[in-house]
Amino acid sequence: MDQIRESLLKTSIGTKRERFGRSITMAALILIAVVVISIFYFIASKGLSTFFVDKINIWDFLSGKTWNPGTTDAHGKPEVGALPMIVGSFLITVLSAIIATPFAIGTAVFMTEISPKNGARILQPVIELLVGIPSVVYGFIGLTVIVPLQRHIFGGSGFGVLAGTIVLFVMILPTVTSMTVDTLRSVPQYYRESALAIGATRWQAIYKVILRAATPGILTAIVFGMARAFGEALAVQMVVGNAPILPTNLTSPAATLTSILTQGIGNAVMGSMQNDVLWTLALILLLMSLVFNIIIRVIGKKGELK
Amino acid sequence: MNAKLTNKIATAVLYLIAGLVILLLAGLLGFILFNGVPHLSWHFLTSPSLAFQAGGGIEFQLFNSIYLLFITMIISFPIALGAGIYLNEYAKQNIFTTIIRTAIEILSSLPSVVVGLFGFLLVVVKLQLGFSILSGAIALTIFNLPLLTRSVEGSLKSIPDLQREAGAALGLSKWETVIHVIFPAALPSIVTGVVLSAGRVFGEAAALIYTAGQSAPALDFTDWNPFNAASPLNLMRPAETLAVHIWKINSEGIQPDAAQVSAGASAVLIIAVLIFNISARWIGKALYKRLTSAR
Repeated sequence: MDQIRESLLKTSIGTKRERFGRSITMAALILIAVVVISIFYFIASKGLSTFFVDKINIWDFLSGKTWNPGTTDAHGKPEVGALPMIVGSFLITVLSAIIATPFAIGTAVFMTEISPKNGARILQPVIELLVGIPSVVYGFIGLTVIVPLQRHIFGGSGFGVLAGTIVLFVMILPTVTSMTVDTLRSVPQYYRESALAIGATRWQAIYKVILRAATPGILTAIVFGMARAFGEALAVQMVVGNAPILPTNLTSPAATLTSILTQGIGNAVMGSMQNDVLWTLALILLLMSLVFNIIIRVIGKKGELK
Repeated sequence: MNAKLTNKIATAVLYLIAGLVILLLAGLLGFILFNGVPHLSWHFLTSPSLAFQAGGGIEFQLFNSIYLLFITMIISFPIALGAGIYLNEYAKQNIFTTIIRTAIEILSSLPSVVVGLFGFLLVVVKLQLGFSILSGAIALTIFNLPLLTRSVEGSLKSIPDLQREAGAALGLSKWETVIHVIFPAALPSIVTGVVLSAGRVFGEAAALIYTAGQSAPALDFTDWNPFNAASPLNLMRPAETLAVHIWKINSEGIQPDAAQVSAGASAVLIIAVLIFNISARWIGKALYKRLTSAR
């Protein structure tokens, strides 16, 4: 009797395994969360020490136009104005997204509405392949094709905003296109059928119904592409010229947050002011990716309500 | 303007755009392959890179890329698998789960250069692992985890609840059902996800320049003791990968044939991505056939 009682009251092997499995998978999940939190903690603590340890005014940092961390200006303050890089990053990101959007939407509409067969057979695999191409390869092509071309047509060094924009445009085009295709495919078939049934032409159906229904998804795709463009480091660094000056026109050399970061972080001594300001740039990058994330969420929420 | 004419014009414009994009994408691939493939040779793949002269190869970089990918996958797969299982099988709809899902989403949208800098700060400087394969693998793991976790979760989600109910009806605990029923059923699509993520990891450079380093010390391919400095298996040596090599020789290289070397290395990267893409589908299908005896 006691034996049976004991075996009934004891935790079974199944339960033990269950507990084991549950805790080990949970540990894996918590590990990821810890990594995310420590990324924020470490980069924020390093990035903020520019303002708290080195006592640099945050507005001077964000609005200063000269970036030369090694030297001081007439008032004895270090020249650490990050405005040129911030402007450079935003300019290149926005320009490349503006160019990429019509091409991405056009191609996606072509693939889903006009010629689904060719779209699935030819374009789909090519775009999937291009999504996976490493960014350094895009940078290398920019360096060997676009920079000489820009030099040839507009003169100057050939490095600059325009070259960076074109490289990023080509780089985000496959990503934005394939996300737009997914959105268009998820528009229910009966939307198309009802539009055609009430006598709409194909273009009217596309323009007035399908694209309207897919707007949140398309916006998400564009913001996603912008986030990717904003955070891209090496491809841009190879073609943008890395001159931390405010760009005056499209062909003038510029710098982005990422390009100055990749270039500088290896040269400055850890803990020095010159190094801290670079971490502040990284912090700006981090916060911007957070902003893009929030925008995508807001678009998703808005789209849900309809 | 009448609707039919507008329709025709719009269709023509869409054809034009699609044509331009096809031209652009085909030109892009063609450019890399036409410039790169002629430069590929057995000699190029198996001779060390040269810093000052022409004629260098990519031997060590290629090995480093593959080895680093391997180590990254060994570290990241179990974590992603665990997290994916928990998210899909155990997680309840509560604040804890929402927070973690958000964290994963944020991690997946972080620029890889930020991940690399975090790796540099934590692993290279604070933990003093230096520029090494191990540091690089940790950075790449962080870079890879969110997407891999999501892909594992998606694979598990695609298994119908019928299977879980069947497991429960047989008196299996949740964990036993997951291990013996759900995981094997999801394996083909999990493997596809892993191979696709491998393609992404293989070409990543920004996360590596300050973690795995930018130098490729000579390796002795006869020495397989992981504790020797020149051994290819050594985890603590700096390891410049193929993608980093392309960046390095283009931004600060002084080789006279930098353009050819990068063209060749780019072609190798593209071909590798192509192989990963094709084999991902192929392995998934083959595994599915094997496991289900579906013909």
